[in-house]
Amino acid sequence: MLKQPAMLRALLIQVAFVVPTIALAQEPTAAGGAAPAAEGAGHADQHVDWSHWTAGNEINNRDSLQRGARNFVAYCSGCHSLKYSRYSRVGQDLSIPDEQLEQFIVPPGESKNGYMLTTLSTADGEAWFGKAPPDLSLIARAKGTDYVFRFLKTFYADPNSPTGVNNLALPGTAMPHVLSDLQGVNAGVFREVEVPAHGDVPASTKAEFVRFERYAPGKLSEAQYDEVVRDIVNFLDYVGEPAKARRISIGVWVVLFLFAFSGIAYLLKQEYWKDVK
Amino acid sequence: MAAVPESSAGAAPEARGFRAWLNKRMPVDAFVAEQLTGYYAPKNFNIWYFFGSLALLVFVMQILTGIFLTMHYKPGEMIAFDSVEYIMREVEWGWLIRYLHSTGASFFFIVVYLHMFRALMYGSYRAPRELLWLLGMALYLALMAEAFMGYVLPWGNMSYWGAQVIVNLFGTIPVIGPGLVEWIRGDYGIADATLNRFFALHVIAVPFAIALLVVLHLVALRQTGSNNPDGIEIKKNLGADGKPVDGIPFHPYYTVKDILGVGVFLMIFCAVVFFVPTFGGLFLEKPNFEPANPLSTPEHIAPVWYFTAFYAMLRAVPDQQMGALIMLLSIVVLFFLPWLDRSPVKSIRYKGMLSKIALTLFVITFIALSYLGLQPADGVYVLLARIFTVLYFAFFLLMPWYTRAEKTKPVPQRVTYHA
Repeated sequence: MLKQPAMLRALLIQVAFVVPTIALAQEPTAAGGAAPAAEGAGHADQHVDWSHWTAGNEINNRDSLQRGARNFVAYCSGCHSLKYSRYSRVGQDLSIPDEQLEQFIVPPGESKNGYMLTTLSTADGEAWFGKAPPDLSLIARAKGTDYVFRFLKTFYADPNSPTGVNNLALPGTAMPHVLSDLQGVNAGVFREVEVPAHGDVPASTKAEFVRFERYAPGKLSEAQYDEVVRDIVNFLDYVGEPAKARRISIGVWVVLFLFAFSGIAYLLKQEYWKDVK
Repeated sequence: MAAVPESSAGAAPEARGFRAWLNKRMPVDAFVAEQLTGYYAPKNFNIWYFFGSLALLVFVMQILTGIFLTMHYKPGEMIAFDSVEYIMREVEWGWLIRYLHSTGASFFFIVVYLHMFRALMYGSYRAPRELLWLLGMALYLALMAEAFMGYVLPWGNMSYWGAQVIVNLFGTIPVIGPGLVEWIRGDYGIADATLNRFFALHVIAVPFAIALLVVLHLVALRQTGSNNPDGIEIKKNLGADGKPVDGIPFHPYYTVKDILGVGVFLMIFCAVVFFVPTFGGLFLEKPNFEPANPLSTPEHIAPVWYFTAFYAMLRAVPDQQMGALIMLLSIVVLFFLPWLDRSPVKSIRYKGMLSKIALTLFVITFIALSYLGLQPADGVYVLLARIFTVLYFAFFLLMPWYTRAEKTKPVPQRVTYHA
């Protein structure tokens, strides 16, 4: 009884995500897709140090934030909520004109003053993925922007996973590779490494990641895909702390004022202390 | 003392106006004369003497920002986390108020630790200032309680698990332990009842206690007068006018100097508030951006940086009960400091080499323990924590010996001051 829904679920997810990605592989490569895979794929045996990739997003880059918002709505908000953010506030903060906000960001039938909630119910999320997709309001603060960047970049094909993919940043993730039509699908090349005995733990071997191998190309080149991910990370960074850009720009003036204040306070102190011998 | 308001009123019997009216009813001028313009402080204060007034500044700032946070924060396990995010996003300038408060907590400890280090260096705890030191230690304890309970309020996952660990320490007390823990929590686990009572204590009870202790600390200071970097009693060297020759009126000299201190301090403080409010996860930790979750333990549970030295000592001992006792003793031993120091001189300037080495080692020890408390408790970290725990206690317990065994330098008659 228990096994059947699980199998059904896996089948559904495979149909939903894996079949299209394989189908994509058969298609003639799109314009950018032909570009040889850059940093991700690398040369044979060249170790790809994905765990040190940094997002490098800029919270003041308005265009990037706007693109990130649009891509988040297009690819992520089907499953993930941003429960503390209102569409209108996002529009205001990112200078998105009202008609564009209605056209690209606010889902049809939703109020622009509403919160950015997914229509996927918790129960459905649990039934389909085994775990309800988490709210991403604070993901950039709780895990860091670099983590989100690495997560979106390190999906690889894994036939043992119900979604057909696994992830280096979050092994065993329940999330399918939603951006696979953009990135394409990578295969992970692993090698066995010996783990020497340590205390009571006997020596063993573990699979260590070496590099990616392009399995199916996507619509975008590696560099273009990085930009898309960077924009989404940037948007999530903004969502994590909407006041961030403002805080930094105000801070410059506050510190400058206090510097001047301290200078005057120093002169005042010198003036008074002249008579202390 | 009682003669002061009498004479000031008698000197100008014909005085009119609001000020005269006021002074007849309340000794405002007399208070200022006694506490500020007539209070003589040593003229050789150096940079270490800023931190007392800065601690008072941070306390006032915490009260003010706290009042505004209380207007929007809601205690309760279902809404506490959301209400903090509401403050960060929807309340006008809410993010600033919250960051001022959260950064203020860390800076409170920075300032207080530097203030305490000053006392260690110059022997400010020595007779006749033992009570001043004890009141200061009571303030430090109250501050620890205040900080701990305030830390729980945002109801992040680290808040929750930190509270779990700290409150469970009371469970190691023999016989009454388990019952006591339940009584503190008001539930069988850290829960809604715990959050609500911590809110009450954090917002009303402990701040009141701190305010009272600050007043007592200042009253005791006014009685003995400030120590100074030379450790000389300036009251023993009075001029013809009956004022200490090495003293200067607190106002205007030190008020104006403290304004400079405030300016520089706020510049550093605001740089953190506006540019790095999380301070790389040290002031606001990453797991605390996830709501409290009894089913998911953070990877490493560690308290905020200002408690980690004591936490490292707790974990250095294999037995939990003994660990809790060591942690308790590490704070209790500080109370005995005035009676452990047997040196004929107060200030480190005139103490011998042993005291200087001991104090340097103590500073290294405290910083090392603070670092180790943030690391996972395994391998070489535990060994290091044990070594530094021994060094921590050695500083205090060997003090009666090394302060007497060493050769001290002669203390000058007058304070060292170069205009």
